[in-house]
Amino acid sequence: MTALHQTTEVVDPVPGAQAPHLPQQPDLVQLLTPEGERVEHPDYSLDISEDELRSLYRDLALVRRWDVEATALQRQGELGIWASLLGQEAAQVGAGRALAPSDMAFPTYREHGVAWVRGVDPLDVISLFRGVDNGGWDPVATGFNLYTVVIGAQCLHATGYAMGVQRDSAETAVLAFLGDGATSQGEVNESLIWAATFSAPVVFFCQNNQYAISVPIERQSRVPLFQRAAGFGFPGVRVDGNDVLAVLAVTKAALAAAREGQGPTFIEAFTYRMGAHTTSDDPTRYRLASELEEWKLRDPIARLKAYLSRSGIADHDFFDSVDAEADELAVRIRQGTVEMVDPPGPSMFDHVYAEQTPTLAAQRAEFVEYHASFADGEHARPDEVTPGPGEDVF
Amino acid sequence: MTETLTIGKALNLGLRRAMEDDAKVVLMGEDIGKLGGVFRITDGLQKDFGDDRVVDTPLAEAGILGTAVGLAMRGYRPVCEIQFDGFVFPAYNQIVTQVAKIHARSRGKLPMPIVIRIPFGGGIGAVEHHSESPEAYFAHTAGLKVVAVSNPVDAYWGIQQAIAHPDPIVFLEPKRRYWEKAPVDPDATPEPLFASRVVRGGDDLTVLAYGPMVKTALQAAEAAAEEGRSLEVVDLRTLSPLDLGPVFESVRRTGRCVVVHEAPVTLGLGSEIAARITEQCFYSLEAPVLRVGGYDTPYPPSKLEEEYLPDLDRVLDAVDRSLGF
Repeated sequence: MTALHQTTEVVDPVPGAQAPHLPQQPDLVQLLTPEGERVEHPDYSLDISEDELRSLYRDLALVRRWDVEATALQRQGELGIWASLLGQEAAQVGAGRALAPSDMAFPTYREHGVAWVRGVDPLDVISLFRGVDNGGWDPVATGFNLYTVVIGAQCLHATGYAMGVQRDSAETAVLAFLGDGATSQGEVNESLIWAATFSAPVVFFCQNNQYAISVPIERQSRVPLFQRAAGFGFPGVRVDGNDVLAVLAVTKAALAAAREGQGPTFIEAFTYRMGAHTTSDDPTRYRLASELEEWKLRDPIARLKAYLSRSGIADHDFFDSVDAEADELAVRIRQGTVEMVDPPGPSMFDHVYAEQTPTLAAQRAEFVEYHASFADGEHARPDEVTPGPGEDVF
Repeated sequence: MTETLTIGKALNLGLRRAMEDDAKVVLMGEDIGKLGGVFRITDGLQKDFGDDRVVDTPLAEAGILGTAVGLAMRGYRPVCEIQFDGFVFPAYNQIVTQVAKIHARSRGKLPMPIVIRIPFGGGIGAVEHHSESPEAYFAHTAGLKVVAVSNPVDAYWGIQQAIAHPDPIVFLEPKRRYWEKAPVDPDATPEPLFASRVVRGGDDLTVLAYGPMVKTALQAAEAAAEEGRSLEVVDLRTLSPLDLGPVFESVRRTGRCVVVHEAPVTLGLGSEIAARITEQCFYSLEAPVLRVGGYDTPYPPSKLEEEYLPDLDRVLDAVDRSLGF
């Protein structure tokens, strides 16, 4: 029996949960303190090379740079919206790095850090927020599903996928991402029931960033989220979501347990959304500046940098090279974004069905014909195409 | 060898054959295993195919459809049974926001070959939520296809065709007709799934129906014939996409059309069909297209359902109004 599969002890609520009959705040699983001090945990150890540590830092720094650039691009009108991951880099990179290549991840719409680790091109994520498509990457090739915007819907997909893995007798684990707000959704609770009932190889990775847009966690749950797992009949664990090492260790253990047939685990990564919910949000309306200042002291990147510097694992040259690489990435993202071309109008008709219907083919033809009627006028769209001889137009 | 089957048994045999043909076919639903489903449509299948392929799920419809999405992503072909029409709504979010959109969202990289079987319609004296006709919600949703069977032959072939099809299909079964019988030849060549069919020829007026109302329409045509009126009856069979080619041909000949369904008339399938007939057959029409359907009320308590549901007399009343126009 692994540490994960011991009975979950009933402890106390999150700070401010207004449930005084419950005892004190539980310990988080932590391997790196906010000050950058490496500590041990009795249940979770991490055997990690210096190369890997530096590469974790690189991921965190590059992902943050991507995020900052995307926010700027939105402010400049190049993106319709951006959902920032600022502050959640360690939770995402740690969870993503715990995945094996053959594992499958089901993100929400904020898992840019996981996308990065899975090898998804940032521009294929940006294209969604620019309105060019609904996500340009290949979910099968990357093992990273497309973003799901309806809150919590992907937890059922992950569970069903894991049921397929069971039927295939595959050595694959599934990682379902969700946020604290999503834990109130019926579908998320159904996914936990399904996963438990069928002992599906799925790990639920909940980034508790303390807010569902503006509504604080106290409005979603009276108990710490990881304790919910006990009620469904599988282990729950709370990890310091700003500690990339702890997240990596805990997620690896949970995924290994899933692959070994021990069923699901619920991980609550305790973190903080340092930015707005999205670029359309104004967090000053619902949270105090002092709270943000407090969380800045627990910054996920600063603590790893402190550890790497102090222990001599990385030096100035290394950090400078990462900074330079981050700047190059930002330039590539900026350039790729502004150069991104709009999709051709008729493309909206093309993948509604695997087998096109005559009705929709006729609508497509009408659309093309209508726009072609402006061919010499100012309304003409340069990207219009008329159906070729091989195309199925009714 | 030709065998006389009920619609229920034809579905059962069709499912069995689909499972034999493709090991990726997985049935999911409430009480579909040992019990064989509340209508026994999956009777005996779990015993023969095992509980990994005939899955008694927890009691949550969103869970059934949401996990079906994941199974489909993994290469399976889930066939989900919704126990009764009125219970599909907890799954509505998954059907409309996920099942219907994932193929488009992924630009074709993630096919969703999911069949959603729903016993639909009234006439069985049931309590609330067991007699509804939700087809318009699904036909209105881009990315879904919707078919309704009316007889054992279409039930037997249709369920197999739907399972083999690459797109998500809402497969509507006429629950009050589950016990209707007809000869089914398993060696015959089936008609295409997405095609309407003229089931009775006639010259004076075209009656359109699907699912449980096909029988009602045929009865009305029989009664009208006794009065010397010749009604053509078309079984629409596919509700999305609609196959109206044969309908236009028929209406251009008869000049009159009555659409019959159990669902409420306002914004029901009949409204869309009437609009399309008007667009395509305007100069042939001798009367406006008339709709006969449920009233715009919640489905009533069962002691009133005979007055709510279209029957032979209400169809003939519409026929009279059309011919008298």
